[in-house]
Amino acid sequence: MSVNTTIFFTIPVAMLIVRSMRRFFDLPARLPRLNHALNWIWAPGVALYVIALLLQWKTDQLDEIYLLLVFGVVLVVLLRLQNYRPARTVLLAMVPYVLYSAIELELELTGGAFLKEYDDAFDTSQGFALIWLFTFILIARNQKKQLEKERIQREEEEKAKRLIEAQNAELERLVTERTASLTQQAEELREALTELRITQTQLIQSEKMASLGELTAGIAHEIQNPLNFVTNFSDVSAELIEELEEERLRPDRDPELEAELLVDLKQNLQKITHHGQRAASIVRGMLEHSRASTGERQPVDLNVLADEYLRLAYHGLRAKDKTFNATLNTDFDPKLGTVQAISQDLGRVLLNLFTNAFYAVQKKKERCPEGYTPTVSVRTLHLPDGDVEVRVRDNGTGIPEAVQKKIFQPFFTTKPTGEGTGLGLSLSYDIITKGHNGTLTVETQEGEGTEFIITLPQTDGAEAPKD
Amino acid sequence: MKILVVDDETDVRTLFEQRFRREIRSGQFSFSFAYSGEDALAYLHDHASEVVLILSDINMPGMSGLELLKQIKQQYNAPPPMPPQVMMITAYGDDDSYQQAMQLGANDFLTKPVDFAALKEKLTLLASHEN
Repeated sequence: MSVNTTIFFTIPVAMLIVRSMRRFFDLPARLPRLNHALNWIWAPGVALYVIALLLQWKTDQLDEIYLLLVFGVVLVVLLRLQNYRPARTVLLAMVPYVLYSAIELELELTGGAFLKEYDDAFDTSQGFALIWLFTFILIARNQKKQLEKERIQREEEEKAKRLIEAQNAELERLVTERTASLTQQAEELREALTELRITQTQLIQSEKMASLGELTAGIAHEIQNPLNFVTNFSDVSAELIEELEEERLRPDRDPELEAELLVDLKQNLQKITHHGQRAASIVRGMLEHSRASTGERQPVDLNVLADEYLRLAYHGLRAKDKTFNATLNTDFDPKLGTVQAISQDLGRVLLNLFTNAFYAVQKKKERCPEGYTPTVSVRTLHLPDGDVEVRVRDNGTGIPEAVQKKIFQPFFTTKPTGEGTGLGLSLSYDIITKGHNGTLTVETQEGEGTEFIITLPQTDGAEAPKD
Repeated sequence: MKILVVDDETDVRTLFEQRFRREIRSGQFSFSFAYSGEDALAYLHDHASEVVLILSDINMPGMSGLELLKQIKQQYNAPPPMPPQVMMITAYGDDDSYQQAMQLGANDFLTKPVDFAALKEKLTLLASHEN
């Protein structure tokens, strides 16, 4: 066997080194091109052999040269990988051994004398270099394992992070979804509110109409009376004229009687006008009551308004319950003057308070008919500070304490279903407080009676009370 | 014949005085007026024996005509020489009021607007009975 052929044992070693290097450093991923080139690690070996064969150079150092070359390649690879810590460690591990091999080869090639002289030292150096090499390769392995562990840990952290991110994204999506549904709900609520407002307006109108219905009978009665007077006075006036004509035809005319007849006639015509106007004003009041409020303020004489609505409310109730009767007391302050107000709104408030008062005395009368005189009073007063007060008082059932707080709430009613809208007092309260900057308060004692007190500020345009 | 008219409408006085002007002038009838049930009772208290007929409205504030009727029938049931007659007048010509008035002892029941010609006949008839 030729001396040179030892190289053929070295080539598999080189390939083994390359293989372990590939596995250890994961070369296909880290340095794909170099990794590819490493497939040709056998080539220099073969080339050396061929060259030696051609040159007829016989040496037992050919495999050493080749091995050194392989080491050189390994060092190059490691240098390329110097950012990777185990690679640096392996680099450190190999340096002494490669140096040793290089020196040894150099000495062998230049003559073995020196080598033989220091054989022991060289052997020791080689041993140290090998121990160094293997120790550091072990360290590198540990480092690699450590790094691997860290990498896995990092990956896990990354995974956890991604999971959290995914959860966050999901949360974000849910929040968006909820927000959307909330927005939609808010929109729906807003729509419902608008509808409620519309319904409220309609309810207010229907409450107005309901109170008009209550009024109808009262109005009919109130119109019937003046109409009767108009008919009767015109009838009787015709009689008076007849008598006057007869008197004029008589030979002995009585001038005194004629004068008296004329005075009566004139008086009757005035009465007809008066009662005609009375009926007209009732119709006008009814129209005003049913009409939507114009919101226009005008001077209002509360004495007249209160009197008018007291009668309307009374006759309205009487029309329903013929046996019902009540004493009406009015105490009007002649110095009241006028207030700037929306007349039909105040009329509604008064009508409502009177209707309630009559209802209360009617209920009490039903409970204890003997020795009870149902009484509803209205009193106006010009207060010293210029405000105007209207007090509507009844000696009816009163309001239980538990109910008192609720009476101004919309839709609260003590009347049986269908009899009250529960809007009367709440509307009245709004009209007085919001519409006229006044106050509406109640004083009541259960079983004894109730008094509602309206206070209206004397507005700028109001007339000063006349003395 | 003295007649007491009870109505809360004050113009009723003018109306009656003109409607019955001839009768008043001739002294056939004499009218007094009260503007509430309470007024009427007070007047009767002072002039009980003079009043022959009471014409009362039913719908009045305070004491109603029916209440007045009840009081009169209780207080003046058998005064000398004769209890006064009571005629009720109402704008509500309903059966309830009529029944109640009759039950309380009303002598007649008229509805508004009053037919004065018919009323005059009734009064004249009554006056002739009295005489």
